[in-house]
Amino acid sequence: MGKGSKLPAIAEFDSVGLRYGTGAEVLRDLDFRLADGGFYFLTGPSGAGKTSLLKLLYLAQRPTRGRIRLFGEELSEAAREELPPFRRRIGVVFQDFRLIRHLSAFDNVALPLRVAGATDEEVEGPVREMLAWVGLADRASARPATLSGGEQQRVAIARAVINRPQLLVADEPTGNVDADMANRLLHLFTALNRLGTTIVVATHDIGLIRATPGAQMIRLENGSVVDPTGLLRNPPPGHR
Amino acid sequence: MMLGWLFASPAERRLLGTSRFRGPTPWVIAIMSFSIMIIAATGLALANTAGALGEAIEARYAVVVPNGAQNLDALAQALKSAPGVTAVEAVTQGEMRRTLQRWLGPAAESADLPVPALVNFDTRHGADLRPIRQRVQAIAPAAQISAHRDRVAPLLRSMRSVQWLAFGLVLLLSGAAAAAVVLAARGALDTHRFTIEVMHGVGATDLQVTHLFQRKIALDALVGSLAGAVAGALVLLLLASGASFAGELMGGASLPPIDLLVLVLLPFTLTILATWVARMAVLAALRGTL
Repeated sequence: MGKGSKLPAIAEFDSVGLRYGTGAEVLRDLDFRLADGGFYFLTGPSGAGKTSLLKLLYLAQRPTRGRIRLFGEELSEAAREELPPFRRRIGVVFQDFRLIRHLSAFDNVALPLRVAGATDEEVEGPVREMLAWVGLADRASARPATLSGGEQQRVAIARAVINRPQLLVADEPTGNVDADMANRLLHLFTALNRLGTTIVVATHDIGLIRATPGAQMIRLENGSVVDPTGLLRNPPPGHR
Repeated sequence: MMLGWLFASPAERRLLGTSRFRGPTPWVIAIMSFSIMIIAATGLALANTAGALGEAIEARYAVVVPNGAQNLDALAQALKSAPGVTAVEAVTQGEMRRTLQRWLGPAAESADLPVPALVNFDTRHGADLRPIRQRVQAIAPAAQISAHRDRVAPLLRSMRSVQWLAFGLVLLLSGAAAAAVVLAARGALDTHRFTIEVMHGVGATDLQVTHLFQRKIALDALVGSLAGAVAGALVLLLLASGASFAGELMGGASLPPIDLLVLVLLPFTLTILATWVARMAVLAALRGTL
């Protein structure tokens, strides 16, 4: 969504740049806003800066210049003690799942609720329900190492959405799953989006983008949004 | 609740995965606790012994008359009636010769051996020695009066030096234990870096992460320090039953209840120190992350 939109924004990037250490900027002059409740695909070639941009979105990285507003708050220079409440409003699905290997599927999914202060009794019902939703009700006590790639992916998604985040960020969520699972994931994201969650998915999968009517696209190349107008289209002409 | 972090749910305990008491931390703390216990007990016993000795001889004097055995009874009588004197103990010729026999052998019985007269006496605190000295010298002009505290002073100084050395060693060992805890905390942070990142990612605060490590190290430190302290106490008991000096250590005069209480509190103090150090180390390390 371009900067001129009147819809309330969940994220606003204003001249944002990012560099790691003393290296060259991996993200340059990012200016865009994401509407609350929108569905966005982040595309671009490998090394374009997609993962770095997602890290800025889920507050794992600070910009080296520019400003980022999330949930209406300026967070670029917020003290680190102020960030946890905002992180609890964001769900993240990592490309490598990032499940804690010594915890069961149940405990991995329950983690965001427990961090938010829920008791064991409060956790039990929602986590069982979520595991059933992703088709893993019978694998609740399994450790990640004993789950297939697709099952781990679903545990990671269940963990990302268990506390009904306002913003769901997914990095190549279909990179490790077959076409059928990719399709099911897309349905899951669409369903969440209908419930009001803003979705941002980084992907190379054009099929996924085409299968999501109404979604918008941000294309990154060499660390910049390539559309010179800053507008995000669905999908841009080059991908039709 | 300030100590709420101590009571983790099973789910919280599972977050760090590895079982307790597996790493080296409890063992290192146990060794430190053992050493601290022995050194502290020795230091306290020395302090008490030095205190008791100093108190006992504070107002004790000796009258020595070279070759003056014939004046012994007269001297004792004069001292008993002197103002401020509370106790008099005349050392008989027989006792003097028996004492000398340890060094001189049978020669100590020789009539040619000049045996001095020795009378020990105690005075009230602050008593004036001048009238006492006048009475003594009226009977034996060559008599010399010396304070026991002057003779024992070098020994007391040595004992107090050792006592301070023990105190310093306790501090040093506590510092070493704290350093070991810092290393253990950093090692644990490295081991669980991934878990910490995931926890931060889902919105955990530094304090929530810190409590996990603080609890683990507190339990390791408690187990280690109690085990070390129990081992130290057993060694002290063995020494007490097998050696006379250790017997003194265990005597009521050497280790009064307050000192025993100090020794009992040592492992808990070490645990509190380790827990606090772990908390500071983890919080400092987390501040370096986002």
